[in-house]
Amino acid sequence: MRRVFTLFVFALFCWTAARAQQTVTIGFTVSNTGSLNVDSLEQYRGFELWRDQVNAAGGIKAGGKSYQIKFVTYDDESQPQRVQQLYTRMILQDKAQFLFSPYSSGLTATAAIVTEQNGKIMITTGAAEDKTYKLGNQYLFQMFTPASDYLTSALDLLKAKDASTQVAFVCADDSFSSAVAAAGKAYAQKIGLKVVFDEAYSPDTTDFGPIIDKVVASKATAFVGGGHYADGATLARQLYSRKAKLEFLSLLVAPGSPKFTELGNAAFGVTVPSQWEVQSAYKPQFGPTGAEFAKAYQAKYNSPPSYESAGGYAAGLILQHAIEQAGAIDTAKVASALNSTNATTFFGLTKFATGAKEHGLQMGHNMVLAQWQEDKSGKLDKEVVWPAQAQSAQIVFPIWQGPAKTIAQAKQAK
Amino acid sequence: MIFKRPFFWIVIGVSALLALLPLWGNDATLRETLILSAVAVILATNLNLMIGYTGYVNFGNVIFFGLGGYIGLYLTTVRGWHLITAALAAGLAVSLFTLLFGLAILSLRGAYFALATIGILEAVRAFVSNFAPWGKAAGLYVSFAVYQPLGGPMRAVWLAYFLVIAVFCLSLLLSLAIKNSKFGLALFAIREDEDAAVTLGVNARFYKARIFSLSAFLPAVAGALIYFKSGMIDPGEAFELTVSIEVIVMMMLGGQGSIMGAALGAALYEQLRGYLLTSPSLSHFQLVIAGGLLLVIVQFAPGGLIGWLYRLVPGARRLFE
Amino acid sequence: MSGIFASLLDGLLVGCVYGLAAIGLNLIWGVMGVINLTHGAMIALGMFGLYLLFSSLAVNAYILLLPILAAGFAAGIVVYWMAVYRVVGRPALMSLLSTFAVNMMIIGIGTTLWSTSPYNVNFNLPGISLGPYTFTGNHIAAAIAAVILAGALHLFLYYTRFGRAIRAVADNRDAAELMGISSTRVLMVTFGVGIALAVASGGLIATLFPFTILSGGVYQLRSFVVTVLAGLGRPVGALFAGILLGLLEGAVTPFIAISWIPLIEFGLFVVVLVLFPRGLFGRNA
Repeated sequence: MRRVFTLFVFALFCWTAARAQQTVTIGFTVSNTGSLNVDSLEQYRGFELWRDQVNAAGGIKAGGKSYQIKFVTYDDESQPQRVQQLYTRMILQDKAQFLFSPYSSGLTATAAIVTEQNGKIMITTGAAEDKTYKLGNQYLFQMFTPASDYLTSALDLLKAKDASTQVAFVCADDSFSSAVAAAGKAYAQKIGLKVVFDEAYSPDTTDFGPIIDKVVASKATAFVGGGHYADGATLARQLYSRKAKLEFLSLLVAPGSPKFTELGNAAFGVTVPSQWEVQSAYKPQFGPTGAEFAKAYQAKYNSPPSYESAGGYAAGLILQHAIEQAGAIDTAKVASALNSTNATTFFGLTKFATGAKEHGLQMGHNMVLAQWQEDKSGKLDKEVVWPAQAQSAQIVFPIWQGPAKTIAQAKQAK
Repeated sequence: MIFKRPFFWIVIGVSALLALLPLWGNDATLRETLILSAVAVILATNLNLMIGYTGYVNFGNVIFFGLGGYIGLYLTTVRGWHLITAALAAGLAVSLFTLLFGLAILSLRGAYFALATIGILEAVRAFVSNFAPWGKAAGLYVSFAVYQPLGGPMRAVWLAYFLVIAVFCLSLLLSLAIKNSKFGLALFAIREDEDAAVTLGVNARFYKARIFSLSAFLPAVAGALIYFKSGMIDPGEAFELTVSIEVIVMMMLGGQGSIMGAALGAALYEQLRGYLLTSPSLSHFQLVIAGGLLLVIVQFAPGGLIGWLYRLVPGARRLFE
Repeated sequence: MSGIFASLLDGLLVGCVYGLAAIGLNLIWGVMGVINLTHGAMIALGMFGLYLLFSSLAVNAYILLLPILAAGFAAGIVVYWMAVYRVVGRPALMSLLSTFAVNMMIIGIGTTLWSTSPYNVNFNLPGISLGPYTFTGNHIAAAIAAVILAGALHLFLYYTRFGRAIRAVADNRDAAELMGISSTRVLMVTFGVGIALAVASGGLIATLFPFTILSGGVYQLRSFVVTVLAGLGRPVGALFAGILLGLLEGAVTPFIAISWIPLIEFGLFVVVLVLFPRGLFGRNA
């Protein structure tokens, strides 16, 4: 009799434990192939690290239950149609309760249509374009600083260093890059910088010769633009091999990736507006510090984190925080918690716009400007050069020190 | 009349079934799968009018779909038109566009015509990538407010689905009607030997232009509906040469010239593709498998699946054509 | 104003490579009436071929073109037997689809092997600088290599017996057979040579820009434009048509936004197709 009773209690215990051990399913696509794959993978690693650390600590604890995080993901091949089909599948078939965005503004805009049609929350990261949030959504939440703000610090710095500089804007013809360039150009003109060249190229361009010739002909001394990793890296390489003689070069996205070091000499002096760098020393209200995050990331992936990875991890943190605050995984409750989020993590301050006209737009987060410089041993290293509060090194300016000199040689000469 | 042909009733029956099945179970997943197959059939059967009936290979057929999508999305999102009027307008506009370009290039024969269609496809793509009112390379995005007059996003998506099934039905019936008409006979004559046909008094220029623009109408309407549903369009995706060629492949797989063949090939290819899309190991193999299939069919069984089926079951031909 | 000269020179250099890329397509089309839709995939394979050889051997990239030419020739023979042999006489659609099928398979396998992330061949020759403009050594070397290869093809076609056999078959296949020429062998070799040239041009392009397995598509489209400009009948004419296209691009680029160039190219393509079916340099098509 006692044995039966013990068995019964044991079974009851297991049953309650199993009931208490729930899962929350988060769906998203990764660009395992296609032009966005370098950046997308870094974002994925951020998600993954967050999931593994939280699950190891017992899962998300809300409303008396603890939820193990489960991912459902597919390869979107960097293509919008696939994103739509896959997000529809993840919501309808795989029953994902929450969604993360794919990488890039373009793909995110596509996914947003599906998530809004189905009334599901999507936390977007790796997606800075403003327009998606101005179409009347209810459940989108943006982690990244919007595109309209991307170049503000870079241009301020440029003006401070050389107010007579002549700026060329050359961006990829996709929604994100053109939004950044348009906002950048307007801001540049507002603060009194001279814009001498402004053109867009097709995102799959590999031959930048014609554009670089035109930039040289326009006598530009500062070059701002680019797109994502593939075209950004090629631009940097070709600007270098064609000796474009620039004093300032700022490219979107590409120089943010650790892979950029493959360019060798061509990477010197290139700056990137960054959503996050290891040196950004924010004091988090919850979650790891920047240094802890970077250390755990390096240990797991044998490579330093880029700001896409940080964005991925932070997206997880913010969602987790909102679920905890709401005490449930119900969409309406979590949305309400997200709308009232005003928190600082290692990534920075996160606060979402709540008005209907631009719901979900990120209001609290700030960009920094990073630059590839050489450390004492001659190795390429990224330093934060702006703003002053986050600065870890002085900017190297101008980049072009004279004929046939790299920064390294110029430094030696000094 | 075509009401006498059994295929007419088969088409009506299948269309009704497709419309009602997902609705009964409120099964959105089934709807998503079926809508893709329906679109594939629409594109393949209308292309069959050009390639199978008339013998002119249109490599640019995706233009109809893409331009229809652009015009439809522009009219609904920017101009606030109702979905149905926008879709019809898109169909008419694209037909007219096709007629104009057709008059220029239909004098070319064989491979030259095919190449010209590729040229037009790429030129249209380049143009739209630079066309500011249509968003240039970034494309157009639907504003979520557009769903309100249709009763909210969920209902709008269902409406789009039913309309697509209607277009599917019309495509098949159109193919059937043309096949059994004098118009169809003229087209077949052109396909077999255009010069002989002209000598015998067939006004080839007129018929070619008519079928070319007609083959554009329903795909354009479908494009407007589909792109409305997916909420966004950009030139890279709307005017992709590979999609155009895949439609040709679907038609060949099923069996060119045959309505059932085009429909069957399209439906099967789309199912295969959908399966391979989510299979992690095989998603790249979609191309290899499709390519292999195509190679075998072209070399050894140019009549396609349906050709093989008709040889197996001769009575089937009377039923399905 | 110096901008336009730099642009024209750039266009000339790149045009030589466009031309070489198109010669293979033109040759195959002219001799056997087959529009080879594996052309783009072969160019891409040439790119990867150079990349693989260069990563393992670190020899001067231009010397590596020789094994690549040989491999291309072999690949061409294989594709001929797989996809072309049976469809040579048949309607155009058959050969278009047959070669396209092989194209799909190559792209599918290529994507599986190499995904679609960009690859680079890190081989750089020092460039020549004229004023503020620099022309990279790679561009200059690629143009020279293209001209040499085109010249070699011309010599082969016009000064060797086999070349004459090819021209005979191109003229009239049945008559050539009656004269004792094995037309199958001739077609097979022609296809092989056409592919070899495509592959070689891919290798050259790899030294200039980053590439993926999908990069061939753009060059295939350009090759169509160049072939139509050149007309059929004189494959080496494709080199000049390519240069013309490059110069056209160079002439137009300084004045309009770069994104309009494809529209101009394809618009020109359609116009030439409709108004000049024999091309600008070709004989009877």
